[in-house]
Amino acid sequence: MKTSDAPRRSLRHKGTFFIESLIHILGFSSIGFVLLIFLFLIKEGVPAFFEIPFNNIWDTLWYPTFDLFGVLPLLLGSLIITVTAIAIALPLSIATAVLVREIAPSWVREILKPMIETLAGIPSVVLGFLGMTLVSPVIQKLGAPTGLTAFSGALILAYMALPTIISVAEDALDAVPKSYRDAGLSMGATQWQTIWRVVVPAAKSGIITAVMLGLGRAIGETMAVMMVTGNAARMPLTLNSLFQPARTMTATIAAEMGEVAQGSVHYHMLFGIGLILFLLTFIINLIAASTIFKKRQKGGLR
Amino acid sequence: MQNHQEKSPFQFILRSLLILILILTVIAPIAGCGKEQADAQSNSSSEVVQTIENKGSDTLVNLALAWAEAYMKSNPEVRISVTGGGSGTGIAALINGTVNIANASRTMKQEEIDTAKENGIEPIKYIVARDAIAIVVHPSNPVDKLTLQQISDIYTKKITNWSQLGGEDRPIVLLSRQSNSGTYVYFLENVIRLGNKESDLLFSPDTLLMPSSECIGAEIKQNPNAIGYDGLGYVGEGQKVVAVAIDNASPYVLPSIETVNTNTYPISRPLHMYTAGEPTGAMKAYLDWILTEGQLLVAGLGFVPLEQ
Repeated sequence: MKTSDAPRRSLRHKGTFFIESLIHILGFSSIGFVLLIFLFLIKEGVPAFFEIPFNNIWDTLWYPTFDLFGVLPLLLGSLIITVTAIAIALPLSIATAVLVREIAPSWVREILKPMIETLAGIPSVVLGFLGMTLVSPVIQKLGAPTGLTAFSGALILAYMALPTIISVAEDALDAVPKSYRDAGLSMGATQWQTIWRVVVPAAKSGIITAVMLGLGRAIGETMAVMMVTGNAARMPLTLNSLFQPARTMTATIAAEMGEVAQGSVHYHMLFGIGLILFLLTFIINLIAASTIFKKRQKGGLR
Repeated sequence: MQNHQEKSPFQFILRSLLILILILTVIAPIAGCGKEQADAQSNSSSEVVQTIENKGSDTLVNLALAWAEAYMKSNPEVRISVTGGGSGTGIAALINGTVNIANASRTMKQEEIDTAKENGIEPIKYIVARDAIAIVVHPSNPVDKLTLQQISDIYTKKITNWSQLGGEDRPIVLLSRQSNSGTYVYFLENVIRLGNKESDLLFSPDTLLMPSSECIGAEIKQNPNAIGYDGLGYVGEGQKVVAVAIDNASPYVLPSIETVNTNTYPISRPLHMYTAGEPTGAMKAYLDWILTEGQLLVAGLGFVPLEQ
């Protein structure tokens, strides 16, 4: 038996080795791709910061046709829309996650979960269209001069960030050991008190990660935002700016990249905006990752 | 992202069905706010084909493409390649002899004609269509005529309320095409700056830059505060076209095929094709076709056909 077994085993070892190295190559190639994208962004984007004077870039006028490349209205536009979107999405999605994971009976969960995943599957252009035809007339009736405002964009983005935040937050809740709940209930706490005072705080870091991932999703969204925000590159400095049009970095790249002459200053500047956007999402994801990492170091699972 | 192991077939089917229903219910009306794409043209390449290189104005590029596609369908022995890049690029290519037809939304400058002649090329000008920009407002807006100066003041925020123009007490919401559109530059130079080369007026930063003509139409239709501009052929129902005068003393003119062709409507321009020397053979046949049958395609792309 031994004699017939040995060659087969070595053959199997060879196969395993081959497949393992293939998996290694594929795994590392994704790192390589990220690096390549980053290098490409730097190569195309960094020249912009040398070609255009500092005062021109960090200014409030974005008129690329006339060599005015002020990036501040775009940066602030992106920030005001994203932050508002998360402020809307956060309470909704945590409440949903708690409902799905803690309160709802299993048959309700069976229906709710695929529904939430469906939300994530809706193409953003469809949401943008809904925003244009349904949301923006309502905003206009509320008294804004036009319905195409930063707030309309934030509503649509909140809707798009919901599934991401819900499913990650739900996983965080799921990872809280059952003994925590049992302990809470046995101490005489009601179900409500157990959820709010024990389970949710225990899942806090996971929920922060969820919010960060939602932020990353929202700040990079393009199509829907381009359709509902009006794309006016104005500085959102006054209180009513939320109900005025705004222009985001992503919408600017999408709208202008198609027609720009390759290698021109404008072309480099659009990549420069991409670079700024990349750094922003990178920082956001870094914060998300570090909260997970800290928790792991403390010995928690989540 | 996670929980894949939990998925039952029931969940999977339910989810797929939901996505399908959602997409189907929304996909039908969505055709409005996007660009229509013409079918790719298949070519029979059995015999030797004659190639026409056509380059230039981004304003004209879609029209030139439509012409080329329609013409190649009925004349498979001719291959026409159309590229954009701007009027200047097209004219430069004609001067260097690398294209057969240059598209231009302006006329050639004298020095360009001189350089061409030095290279032994005699540019011949054809007016192939006209481009007129209509000013549109919501149908309920009582304002129905404006001077160029007033339009310029509106887009630079010197006038911010419709009551200043004899309308209702409403804020004015400015709509524009994206800054890469040829219409944007033309409108800026000839309306906002009133054709003054020294002027450095710009669109107000509050101007909403809409991704497409359809989006301008949709916003005009539902917003009584809005004012917008676009190629005359793109103006659809639910938008009121405003009559425009050069100044207070001139008559207010509504844009139409007739007023554009007689040059009485102030915001219009001819669109040109330049050939290197008197065209012959396939080139001549193509240009003749553009000036006759080709004109039927012009209105569909937002331009004004030549009067026959």
